[in-house]
Amino acid sequence: MTPVPESQPRSGLAESALRLEARGIRKSFGGVEVLKGVDFRLEKGKVHGLVGQNGAGKSTLMKILNGVYTRDGGEILVDGQVVDYSTPNEAQAAGIGMVFQELSLINSMTVAQNVLLTREPRGRVLLSDRQAVEQTKAIFAEIGVDIDPRADTARLSVGSRQLVEIAKALSQKPRILVLDEPTASLTSSEVETLFAAIRRLTARGISVVYISHRMPELFEICQQITVLRDGAVTKSADADTLTIDQIVAEMLGPTLGRELEELQNDQSAPVAREHVGEPLLRVTGLTRRGIFEDVTFDLWPGEIVGIAGLLGSGRSEIMRGLFGIDKLDSGTVDLAGERLSLTSPKKALDAGLGFVPEDRRVAGLVLKDSVFSNLMMASWPRVTRWGWVGRRSAEKRSKELVDRLKVKTAGLRQQVAHLSGGNQQKIVVGKNLSVTPKVLLLDEPTVGIDVKSKADILEEVRQLAADGNGIIIVSSELSELTALSDRVLVLHGGKVTRALSRANGDDISEGALSLAVQVG
Amino acid sequence: MVSLALTSDRGANVRERLSSFVVYASLVLITLFFSITLGNDGFLTSANLLNILRQTAMVSIMAIGVTFALSAGEIDLSIGATVALSALVVAETLRTQSLIVAVAAGLAVGIAVGLVNGLLTTKLRIPSFLVTLGMTGVVAGIARNLTDLQAVAVTNETYNFVFGSGDIGPIPILVVWTLVILLVGHLVYRKFAFGRRVLATGGNRVAARHSGINTDRVRIAVLVISASSAALAGMLYAGRLHGARYTLGEADLLTVIAAAIIGGTSLFGGKGSVVGAVVGSLVMGVLNNGLILMGLSVNAQMIARGLIIIAAVALSLREPKEA
Repeated sequence: MTPVPESQPRSGLAESALRLEARGIRKSFGGVEVLKGVDFRLEKGKVHGLVGQNGAGKSTLMKILNGVYTRDGGEILVDGQVVDYSTPNEAQAAGIGMVFQELSLINSMTVAQNVLLTREPRGRVLLSDRQAVEQTKAIFAEIGVDIDPRADTARLSVGSRQLVEIAKALSQKPRILVLDEPTASLTSSEVETLFAAIRRLTARGISVVYISHRMPELFEICQQITVLRDGAVTKSADADTLTIDQIVAEMLGPTLGRELEELQNDQSAPVAREHVGEPLLRVTGLTRRGIFEDVTFDLWPGEIVGIAGLLGSGRSEIMRGLFGIDKLDSGTVDLAGERLSLTSPKKALDAGLGFVPEDRRVAGLVLKDSVFSNLMMASWPRVTRWGWVGRRSAEKRSKELVDRLKVKTAGLRQQVAHLSGGNQQKIVVGKNLSVTPKVLLLDEPTVGIDVKSKADILEEVRQLAADGNGIIIVSSELSELTALSDRVLVLHGGKVTRALSRANGDDISEGALSLAVQVG
Repeated sequence: MVSLALTSDRGANVRERLSSFVVYASLVLITLFFSITLGNDGFLTSANLLNILRQTAMVSIMAIGVTFALSAGEIDLSIGATVALSALVVAETLRTQSLIVAVAAGLAVGIAVGLVNGLLTTKLRIPSFLVTLGMTGVVAGIARNLTDLQAVAVTNETYNFVFGSGDIGPIPILVVWTLVILLVGHLVYRKFAFGRRVLATGGNRVAARHSGINTDRVRIAVLVISASSAALAGMLYAGRLHGARYTLGEADLLTVIAAAIIGGTSLFGGKGSVVGAVVGSLVMGVLNNGLILMGLSVNAQMIARGLIIIAAVALSLREPKEA
């Protein structure tokens, strides 16, 4: 018998601080290599940021870690042990919990039912709701969250849902937690709650993969950052050795980096403009009881007005009211001197309003349909003569929009579902440009999309204003409002508490706005 | 601790409670209405009330089965045809085989139809609406062919007693069947993990799959449950009528689906109630009985029933308005 050596290299590895190691991960879809041998190392109790443009391979890598996709090559080690799994269940068993970007909660169930889905606590035979509520409460307490486990999930705010989602992942007692764009729709106070929760988890040795487009957040919460570009790692280092500029440059690559620099230089604050002539849009005393009241403002030709407010302040609801989706209790809206009857989106469209809604997947696009159909959705009447659709002019129109917005698509026939988030959002904007609106309403137009698409969309918005149209934009990203708006209305509890104007010399900086939305 | 407020919507909450209340209210109201108008025409006699319960049993059992299918976001239109086939198979088998073999054969019809429905729906990705619509023709055709359109008598006394005609004390055995299926169905739906998987699958299939639920298996299972409930109903028809015929169950589909929906089950999945399905079936049963006692012609009954179903479903279906 040969004696077993005391210490093997393997066991040495297990002792190290590495929680997760992915080596040379490869994946192809239909002959296109999406991941070209990616290495990723996650240390125990650390937060590791993963960044890259849409299409860089982040989601694919995470879906491989989570067992949704099977890898073509490479290996994955958890705590030094090679793990092999091919389903989400097996990945969970290996200790990997995933919090999805498109919230994976089931609306028709209660919070506790969602958190413990597939792991429902049982008495001897029957499920126990009481135990489920207690277990859920315990998990919430761990991350410092106070949500009623008995509440209907459908009635939670987006921020609360995100935290429920995290609690759901935690109920599996994971050693590794993957957060995909967790702050995309959170307000700044909700982000703080989330970060506090993450810090509690890492203190207990849980490691976190943090995917985000928001650079300042990455630097606030992550100890390490890895940049992916075109399916390969271009940079992986400790966060405190990196700068935002460096990361953006790595994400975009040598050629795009320069373009972005020019764009950023262009993002100097807009110049204060004098109002000429009559206001384009005159909103007076707009009220929806219990949601917002007495909202009054004018929008001048060529002007961009931002609406800043916390989630629930009524900002999205004002947009929906202006576009005729929700019924208003009182108030009037005049467009170019004419009184509008805002009882349906069709009337709003006909009057010359356009609307880019908050959630592109739900309200903006028919995902299963083509780029062409989506772009033309609102403007078929414009290419129709005597009920006959002018296919050629419709195609020409769509082609122009695709070029103008720099949409990356295989063609007009491409299904929108297969486009990246940024390109999908461009289609929503394009759909609205196609009806040549005089006033464009934008609700969170850049949520969860990559830097380049964001720049393209904001550029288009500026151009639209420069052509003499009016823009109203709602955004949680205050830097966006700062960069775009001539004026900003601050909304608090359904009321306009401040109207800041650049022309009057008001301070429309990010700092001033973030304070204003909090205190009203 | 940071407190995150719910976007509280009291109006929607009240509306939701109201809609689950509708089924009980309509049962009480309809019974009250017929008690007053038909009190002297025999509506309130114990014989008539027991009769209503007997007649409702099969619909109740199928409504429970269909509640599972609907809750998982599927639908089963082939239950009517399955009723006829299982009844005929049981009756035919009883002529030559033992009772146990016959009962097994009847249930096997349900499981087989359900499996075909489920496999076609999940593996070929055909919506269950179309699969079960097509299977209605297939199953009904097989049933007609089986006995060449002839009715088959059931002479096995034990079978007839257990599956439909017997009474235990004052209680019709059909009521016992209903109560047993109600209890089992309710527990599985509310108190077993399977029920949660059904509701999760119907509520949001992608989210359910991401949560590690084998949604295909759930969808096959609910279609097997609904077809099996139809097969059991067919066997009960055969026992109650002492025979089977290819026309059995033909008219039940609309009644069953209406009963489930009046009972608070969503046509689009994710929400439902087994108890509600049985109460909904009682509503349909009382309605049927009252219309007959009122002396309406068969044609008039059909019209009245259709209109009342639309009205009742409209009341219970009112989903909160979406954007």
